[in-house]
Amino acid sequence: MIPEIGQFTLVVACMLSLLQTVYPLYGVQTGHQGAIKSAKVLAILQFVFVSAAFLILSYLFFVNDFSVLYIAMNSNSLLPWYYRLAAVWGAHEGSLLLWVFLLSIWTAAVAVMSKRLPVESVARVLAILGLLSFGFYLFILLTSNPFIRTLPLFPVDGRDLNPILQDIGLISHPPILYMGYVGLSVPFSFAIAALLEGRLDSAWAKWSRPWTMAAWIFLTIGISLGSWWAYSELGWGGWWFWDPVENASFMPWLIATALIHSLLVSEKRGVFKSWTVFLAISAFSLSLLGTFLVRSGVLVSVHAFANAPSRGLFILAFLVIVVGSSLILFALRASTVKSRGRYELVSREAMLLVNNILLAAALIVVLLGTLLPLVHKQIGLGAISIGAPFFNRIFSVLIVPFALFLGVAPLARWKRQNIQDLTKPLIHSLIIATIATLLFLFIFATHFTWLALMGVFLGMWVFSTVGYELCLRARHRHSLFTGLLKLGNSHWAMSLAHAGFAVVIIGITMVQNYSIEKDIKLSIGQSISFEHYNFTFDGIEPLKGDNYTGTTGIFTVHRKGHFVTIMHPEKRIYTVQKMPTTQAAIDPGFTRDLYIAMGQKLPDGAWTLRIYYRPFIRWIWFGPVFMAFAGILMLFDRRYRHKKVKSLVDGENASC
Amino acid sequence: MLIKHKKRIFLLMPALFFLVVCIFLFKGLFKDPHRLVSTRIGKTVPEFTLPDLFQPSKLHHSSIFKGQKMLLNVWATWCATCYAEHNFLNKMANSDIYIVGMSYKDDRTKAIRWLKDLKNPYKITLFDKDGMVGMDLGVYGAPETFFIDSKGVIRYRQVGDISPQIWREKLSEIYKKME
Repeated sequence: MIPEIGQFTLVVACMLSLLQTVYPLYGVQTGHQGAIKSAKVLAILQFVFVSAAFLILSYLFFVNDFSVLYIAMNSNSLLPWYYRLAAVWGAHEGSLLLWVFLLSIWTAAVAVMSKRLPVESVARVLAILGLLSFGFYLFILLTSNPFIRTLPLFPVDGRDLNPILQDIGLISHPPILYMGYVGLSVPFSFAIAALLEGRLDSAWAKWSRPWTMAAWIFLTIGISLGSWWAYSELGWGGWWFWDPVENASFMPWLIATALIHSLLVSEKRGVFKSWTVFLAISAFSLSLLGTFLVRSGVLVSVHAFANAPSRGLFILAFLVIVVGSSLILFALRASTVKSRGRYELVSREAMLLVNNILLAAALIVVLLGTLLPLVHKQIGLGAISIGAPFFNRIFSVLIVPFALFLGVAPLARWKRQNIQDLTKPLIHSLIIATIATLLFLFIFATHFTWLALMGVFLGMWVFSTVGYELCLRARHRHSLFTGLLKLGNSHWAMSLAHAGFAVVIIGITMVQNYSIEKDIKLSIGQSISFEHYNFTFDGIEPLKGDNYTGTTGIFTVHRKGHFVTIMHPEKRIYTVQKMPTTQAAIDPGFTRDLYIAMGQKLPDGAWTLRIYYRPFIRWIWFGPVFMAFAGILMLFDRRYRHKKVKSLVDGENASC
Repeated sequence: MLIKHKKRIFLLMPALFFLVVCIFLFKGLFKDPHRLVSTRIGKTVPEFTLPDLFQPSKLHHSSIFKGQKMLLNVWATWCATCYAEHNFLNKMANSDIYIVGMSYKDDRTKAIRWLKDLKNPYKITLFDKDGMVGMDLGVYGAPETFFIDSKGVIRYRQVGDISPQIWREKLSEIYKKME
């Protein structure tokens, strides 16, 4: 009975989303006030019903109702309750329900928090969001219904959740990432509404910005959590694999980052408007494309779900309708948009344009790199795989101008910047960055490489310019200390986000250049030494968990003769699915991680082992934490707190 | 006017690019879409010794796969699809196809009762209680069927059930070609 109620609420939500599209648009056309105002009510009702469906599915997982096919396939009564709940989005059907549930959260948020906006604009935006929801509801109900039963003959117990997904990373990472993906639908809807209305002004950019920022925060956290999960759980010891599914999440991030900056210029200076709209459309289109790539199985990926082609076909059709019509609308309407602002070659506008071009270039590289294997095969050139070396090489080139400009742009003025005025700050920053780089490498590097020098320098360059710029702005009117206190939230946000980026660059540089990886064979009692560390294999113990059994290795680690830690890598076998997984032991540290993964037991009793030394790998995840925090800081900027908006519009020289 | 036209064509570029991408994505959907590639294909069945389902004391060695071509069907009583598939397996067994069954992660009594109730299509039924051999074979989930030639080499792997339709359209051909 309960699964049928779930199905029913989902159908009601689907109907409501259609109504949410049609009725408000009719209202806007005819000027019917009641119809216009209905958008908010319908959006909230839709949210209530889809939440009910989502809660019901979660409840069914919780009580182990294996008469529901999706639950029988993806859960098991032996699974701890929190993994049973996480299993809701452990496979295709449930993750789509999660997707549309999150979309309804964003929609309801727009409905509730847009009190200051003209009701017609809000009605248009909500109508477009409703249409997107409607597409996804149809997709779920027609091809991927999670409430389908296996009656009359249902299994006594379920097939269990894919063991690789039984990790804290799974509980948190997909919902957050999806929140970001789906959140991009809001700036998308704002952009489409503005195009329909024919009103692309700075007000539009101003409304879109906090929503874009919110989605971007989720994407940033989601991607880095995913990277951290891959590192700690998958047992490969890497942090990014340029896997199609990872790329699918990285592409919207690149464009969302460009969008945040471009929206800023459109809001402040009234230029780049067509470009900004295009980015807003692209960002969400890439989210949809990502969904298609993950869900259709056209590309080979570690994350691939087993799938039916009808599903891929449906998403593709949806993709064509939504993205195709948006791009055509864009082509028709954007040609009439005029930019009023003027700016010169050396100005903050120009530098932000460079930033956007580089981000777009990065996007094209990832997009082509992801899709090329598919195209290549089809035009008869045989199967190829584009691997990490391709992406790494191109990104190590693109990052150089990107980081250099990132340092300069905040120092430049809007409209026009006198080059002479920039010389002094830049030379000072250059000197500071060079000294810091050499010092850093002297302390932490084991040997010299040009790539490491360049990478660390770029990070230090961003640090020093950010610091310099802060001092400069702070001392503009006050003493340094009071000046720093008086800087707006969004100024701090910018500095913090850029510093976070520098942290990531340094992390990546150190990991890529100074990691040590040993694939070795050790018997119990033997030990191995490198990089001042000594690892001794003390023995093994049997392992028994709730739903798995296995073996634990015991390793004692010394550094220069001093005891550091004892590490316990595990080899688990999940009782239900019989899938063996490797649970690596990681000893985290601020400047280095130690990592041991158990391989096979050899006939002579020795084990194959993988031991890694990874310097500064934590920085790759610290950086995004800075960035996400910076984003949150910006959301709390005064300009976005409604009460004071009027008195403070553009009153501050704040920037992001 | 001309400039405006040029601008419009320029602005249409993303839409065109998107269209081209979609064509490739569309074709990609039908190219060898979801076959799970097993690393075992082209290799012999891994070494194992498993007890018989009906007589726990009787052990079968992996050498049973040599001598004639056959199917290895992995099944379980907890699997609804296996139930759906079972009838057709009986029919295949009647038309002289040699099928070895492997009871996968299951309860012995339940499995025996299942075969008594639904008829037994298997010449031999192995009992893989904790799925260790299934793991070596790379079994993804039940039901799964391996096509093994007379030299004991795995030639094909069918993930999911064998329906009369799939058999007619695809699998019977593969089976015939095997030696």
